[in-house]
Amino acid sequence: MVTRLARSFSIRDSRPMAPSGRVKVTEEGETARVSLAGAWTIAAAAELDGEIRRLRLPQAKRATLDLSGIEALDTAGAWLIRETAKSFTQAGASVAYAGVDRRAAALLERVGAADQPLQTPEKEPPSFVELLARLGFGSAFVVREARAYLGFLGLTIEAAARTALRPSRFRFTSFVHHLEAVGLNALPIVGLISFLIGIVMAYQGATQLRLFGAEIFVVDLVAISVLREIGILLTAIVVAGRSGSAFTAQIGTMKLREEVDAMRTLGLDPIEVLVLPRIAALLVALPLLCFFSDIMGLLGGQLMAWADLDISPQTFIHRVQERIPIRHFWVGMAKAPVFAAMIGLVGCYQGLRVKGDSGSVGRLTTRSVVESIFLVIVADALFSIFFNLIDV
Amino acid sequence: MSEAVIRVRGLRTKLSGKEIHKDLDLEVRKGEILGIVGGSGTGKSVLMRTILGLIRPRAGTIEVLGRKVDPVDRETMLSLERRWGVLFQDGALFSSLTVGENVQVPMREHLKLPPVLADQLAMLKIRLAGLKPEDANKFPSELSGGMRKRAALARALALDPDIVFLDEPTAGLDPVGAAQFDALLKSLSRSLGFTVFLITHDLDTLYAVTDRIAVLADKKVLVTAPIAELERHPHPWIQEYFHGPRGRAAKASAIVPATS
Repeated sequence: MVTRLARSFSIRDSRPMAPSGRVKVTEEGETARVSLAGAWTIAAAAELDGEIRRLRLPQAKRATLDLSGIEALDTAGAWLIRETAKSFTQAGASVAYAGVDRRAAALLERVGAADQPLQTPEKEPPSFVELLARLGFGSAFVVREARAYLGFLGLTIEAAARTALRPSRFRFTSFVHHLEAVGLNALPIVGLISFLIGIVMAYQGATQLRLFGAEIFVVDLVAISVLREIGILLTAIVVAGRSGSAFTAQIGTMKLREEVDAMRTLGLDPIEVLVLPRIAALLVALPLLCFFSDIMGLLGGQLMAWADLDISPQTFIHRVQERIPIRHFWVGMAKAPVFAAMIGLVGCYQGLRVKGDSGSVGRLTTRSVVESIFLVIVADALFSIFFNLIDV
Repeated sequence: MSEAVIRVRGLRTKLSGKEIHKDLDLEVRKGEILGIVGGSGTGKSVLMRTILGLIRPRAGTIEVLGRKVDPVDRETMLSLERRWGVLFQDGALFSSLTVGENVQVPMREHLKLPPVLADQLAMLKIRLAGLKPEDANKFPSELSGGMRKRAALARALALDPDIVFLDEPTAGLDPVGAAQFDALLKSLSRSLGFTVFLITHDLDTLYAVTDRIAVLADKKVLVTAPIAELERHPHPWIQEYFHGPRGRAAKASAIVPATS
């Protein structure tokens, strides 16, 4: 410790370093003479502070602070000198300074002008109240958020209706650009994940179904679950993570740089320019991606059934065509546009909510992904109930 | 002639293939306020960042307080970091910390202070920088531009540095706020006795606070001189800079002693 300190101090060669600062009190009748010596700098502040606190104040009417022994002084040191003086004043002595050079005087005056009693931060309420308050804030937040989404949905539909009446206002270039970003560029990742999940399902199904000698039902298992649920769910989650977050970050950055405000002053509607093309692109891309995901999932299942259970691709395809009604496919596809709209709305809305500092872009991007995945899964559950009720 | 606290010799820097400085020499004297001016893209900020060891030069030496700046030499850099304070262009306050905590960051990093003492010293710096005590508990996003600059100055002053680097401290401030900042800077540097390396475009600031001005042009420091001498320099950019309409206005207002 000593060597480390010594090393870090060595740079302060130009300022002589006595063994830190020192306070010495001598009594001369009714006057206490306080000699301060050494370096009174921030580097020594901790020791000096301790020394001042330990100081035993003599019963004197007057105290003279002699600064002539001080070799280096900065604002921290000046503040501590004033603290020393204060402790004497509080003990009932009048304080005078001696041996003050011009620089020290300037420092003392400067620091004195800035001195201010420390503000203690407000006391925190007890943890139970805190908990209750957080619960309240959380609930109010959910309600407000739901209303805000509803409002934003209304704005978007209104803008969409306007654009439908005047199709020339639709930003076609932007739409195509986003179609490429959210659709085409997502193909590899969506395909790979679906293919692997198809393999996993066929493999897990095979081990169980083999126990009953019902290996051939692997085809039904894979086909129905991929077509109805897995394909669309996987696609929606990947797209929410890839594109929903990108929407928030893109729009959020534009918001921060006041581009969105600039748009408004130029008579452009941000919903029309930024939101509609993105949501439209998602509405087109997600069903297509879902179809691709279905095919890749089936391919994965087919490959595994062939490798593990000797079910030939011909048998697999034949059984899918014979035994699996097409409605399972349509059930999955029907959800795609709904999920697309949700992901798009959440992504764009959170982006438009960005304000203040760049930290809020990160925060809202996270929220956008979490909320859109949550909404997708809740909606999926509702769809399940609905389709069950209408016997599809 | 007083001693030099920053000495740059034969500096050459290149950023992404573009040469920014070539054979650049600069000397900053102890206790002075040195203004750095130059057109956009002449590498004022790059020069500051190079001196601070954030950018490695291709050639040349930089000495600060008698020690060679070398980003690889952690020990030297550590001891230098305790002796300079930097105010970046937009304040660069840590957004997740309050103003008070921001000011305490260098104290915590470099010194072992009792928490109460650190609080009190931070409050002192905040008041010295001209902020109100209650601002200490605010977050940077709750402050106006001028207050952010002051908070950043408070953080730069946290360790009572020997040198303060300021990158366009008055940019984006209204004239009243800028003039107040100038006055604050000048009086602090006089009473606390630190050296100032000041990058600015603000002619009023140059007239109000600087002792000398270094002009960056043609990849080097063209000339370093007090403002009165610079006005007579024949270089066309300097002529235009000081004798354009803005230069004349700033000079006229500087003849009446600046508010302080």
